[in-house]
Order: sequence, then C-alpha cells, then structure tokens
Amino acid sequence: MVEKTKELMALTGNEAAAYAMKQINPDVVAAYPITPQTELMQTFAQYVADGLVDTELVAVESEHSAMSACVGAAAAGARTMTATSSQGLALMWEVLYIASGLRLPIVMCVINRALSAPINIHGDHSDAMGARDACWIQLWSENAQEVYDNVLQAMRIAEEVFLPVMVNFDGFIISHGVEVVETFSDDVVQAFVGERKSPYKLLDVDHPITVGALDLQDYYMEHKRSQAEAMRTAMPTILKVAEEFAEISGRKYGAIEQYRLDDAELAIVALGSSCGTAKDAIDELREEGIKAGLLKIRVFRPFPWEEIKSALAGKKAIAVMDRAEGMSGVGGPVFHEIRSCLYDLPQRPPIVNYIYGLGGRDVDVADIKKVFRDLLPIASAGKVEDFYRYLGVRE
Amino acid sequence: MKLTDRLHGWKELPIGGIIPEGGTSKAYKTGNWRTGKKPVWHPERCIQCLFCWIYCPDDAIFVTEDGKRADFNYDYCKGCGICARECPAKPEKAIEMVDELR
Repeated sequence: MVEKTKELMALTGNEAAAYAMKQINPDVVAAYPITPQTELMQTFAQYVADGLVDTELVAVESEHSAMSACVGAAAAGARTMTATSSQGLALMWEVLYIASGLRLPIVMCVINRALSAPINIHGDHSDAMGARDACWIQLWSENAQEVYDNVLQAMRIAEEVFLPVMVNFDGFIISHGVEVVETFSDDVVQAFVGERKSPYKLLDVDHPITVGALDLQDYYMEHKRSQAEAMRTAMPTILKVAEEFAEISGRKYGAIEQYRLDDAELAIVALGSSCGTAKDAIDELREEGIKAGLLKIRVFRPFPWEEIKSALAGKKAIAVMDRAEGMSGVGGPVFHEIRSCLYDLPQRPPIVNYIYGLGGRDVDVADIKKVFRDLLPIASAGKVEDFYRYLGVRE
Repeated sequence: MKLTDRLHGWKELPIGGIIPEGGTSKAYKTGNWRTGKKPVWHPERCIQCLFCWIYCPDDAIFVTEDGKRADFNYDYCKGCGICARECPAKPEKAIEMVDELR
C-alpha cells in the first residue's frame, strides 16, 4: 500500500462515520434531520449540498419514515444508508423488522444513547440492545477509528449476507470526541466496497417481482427459518470481509477482540467505548500482578457463541458489563447470552453482571479496576452469590 | 421454479419472501376461505343480464366465449353475496345463497 492512499484526520466519531459514508457514496440516504439525529447526518448533508456525493438525501418527517424510505430504496436496488440514535431507533422499531425480513442490505449508524423516561441524551446501549431481536447484524465500535472501519465493512457485509447492519458507537464519548483516524483515499474505499449486486430489483420491469406479500400459516415460518439461517451463517462472511479489510488497512478485526485475555484469570466482557477504559485498567492491574483481561465483543449479532465460549473457558471469575438494564429482573442482555454460552463448559466459571454507565454515567479506570477487585474473592471462592450488580449507583 | 405447484421447504424459497414472478394471484384460490354461504345459480330463471359478472368483486363467474353467463367458479368465490343481492330476475332471483358445510 503506497503512503498517499492513507491520510490521518482529526475526526469525531460522527465525522468518521459521515466521511466513510461520503466515500461509499450511497445512492440513497433517508434520515430524520432533527433531534435525536446527531451531527453525523448534518456532516453528511453538507457533503450532499457541496456536491461531493451523488446521494439522494431524503429528509423525512420521522425515523419511522426514514427506515421506510430506506426499505423502499434498498428494495429498488439502491445502495442505502441512514443513521439514528436513542428515541429515533425506538421509533424505527417496526420497520427494522421489515428491513431484515425483506433481506435488505441497509447500513445504519446507531449512536448509542439512552431511552426516555427520564429524558436523557447521553451514552447508553439501551437503544440497540432493545433492537437486538430485529435480525440486524450488529457491529460495535470502541473508538472513532473503529467507527470508520466498521462502516466500510458493514456495507460489504450487508450486501453479501442480505441482512441490514447496524454500526454502533457510544453517544458523545465516541460520537462527539475528536480522535485521530486513519482514512483511505476515495478510490481505495470504492474498490473495497465495489458495486452492489442484487438478485432482485423492484424497478426491473422486465422481471416483475412482488416484495412484501402477505405470508400466512403456510409460508411465514419457512421464511423466518430462512432469515434465521442468514444470521446463523453470517459470521464467515463478516470474518472474510474483515480479512480483506486487514489487507488494505493493516487493522485486524474479528467477532471478538481479546486483550491480555490468554493468561488472564479474571476477565471482563464489554462492548463499546468502555473497552478502551478497561484496557488501561488491565494494564495498571497487570503492573500490580493481577492477571486481568478483556473480552471485547465487536459482533453482537450474530452472537459469536463458540469464540466467546473458548475465550472464557478456564477463567476463574468473569464480570459482564451491561450498559443497558434489560429490565429482566435478573441482569442485562449481554450477561444472559454470555452466561448461557458458558453452560456447556465442563467447568463453568463464576460470573457476575454489572449494570453500568446508564444515561452517560461516567465510567473511569478506577471503576473498572474496582470490578476486577470484586472478582478476586469470587475467584478464590469459586462461586458467586449475588450475580446481578450495579456499578457506580448511589444507594 | 414454480412457487405454486406445492408447499416448499425453507431452503427452496427466494430470500425475503420475494415472489420472483408475475401473475401469481391467479394461483391463489380465494374461494378457500368462503364465508359459509355459497351462491347457487338457477339457469332456468337467469335472464343473462350479466349483472352478477359486473358486480362480482373477484373472478368467480364464468362467461362463455359468446358472452353467456355460465356457472360459478367457486375457486374464487368468497361468498360475499353481492351477486345474489343484485340479481334482477323476477319473480325469483336466479342466484340463491345457500348454507355450505366446509
């Protein structure tokens, strides 16, 4: 790779996503232009206004309409993208299922923020976690670089798997924080994403098709089974795209990332920006001789069951960090899935859940170190009594 | 592949519930879910006005090539009863709605 194809830029997470979208140059972007929309779409709209992209930008009256317009555009064969956040994603909920059920390769940036009530605009995973059953592939980003990289890969993944992809990144912490991001030149991005190939196009009048037909007791279940298979078998494509991406970027992505996890006795599992905080905490704890490690989930849907199981096998104690309550009464959504995937291990490690960082509550290195210190007695005892815990809440 | 020849397994289906061909509504027998009342045609009372054919919201009345009303096509009759209501034949209507055991 020659040097001039890469450039270092100071970008917020939002700008990194918008820049990736500009370089992808999608045919259609439909988005709601007001709060809870973020600067991502403002930045992209500027590219449209400046004539730097060929995109048809459809400004609609709600997120429900935004996703509906994306569904129509994607069904017609257009390369389609959008972005939203918190209440906006909640309002899209109905149409999320239509996008995935129709197997439309829409890419959406989700700036993860809290859901009302109480009203809050800050970083929180409740929005995307609430949409985890919608059959959207979910990529999660730790920083602005990963946002840029994930958006580019998401387009490829969506169009090869025929499922929509959400690129998640933490509201404000990533979306509004400026970082150095290594970007490609436009031609490298264009070569990477290629042309969208679609087996069916709504607007191909020579080959008429029906999209969104009524599907009753005789076929609905077969179509859902087929859709589930797309999610079940998406991982090899996600990893293949990651490999091709590593060839042009030098940055390697997997379903999960392991940070000093190999020889770790105490592990935490997290996704999003807190993983960066956790890495610092782990480095400090290692100085003290505590064998701490991190399992970062990059791909949450499809859930990397086998990878997580083998990465966590043999750990003495595990803490799963949930930045969404889940309101199950017995822990957060990530916790339940991690705990479930360890069930088949001959020796199941003791595991606790921490609900943390809700509504943008700050989580710093000391907080994460406290979690690891809490794991020490659990590791010695080999069991855990109270697995459902809160981090940093006032009693 | 014809989607309408039999019930297919999930591996055989086009993705996303797409129907990749046109004109498939013809194969959808809407008469399968008739209301429980079924129209019966009495040709001896029929005055061949073709009102029933005009009013039928589906495709349930056969008309011959020379423009004569023929019997019902029950594959597409939902039992709405509009034909029986509109039939102008007197003193008795040429279409009668009868209970149907299904």
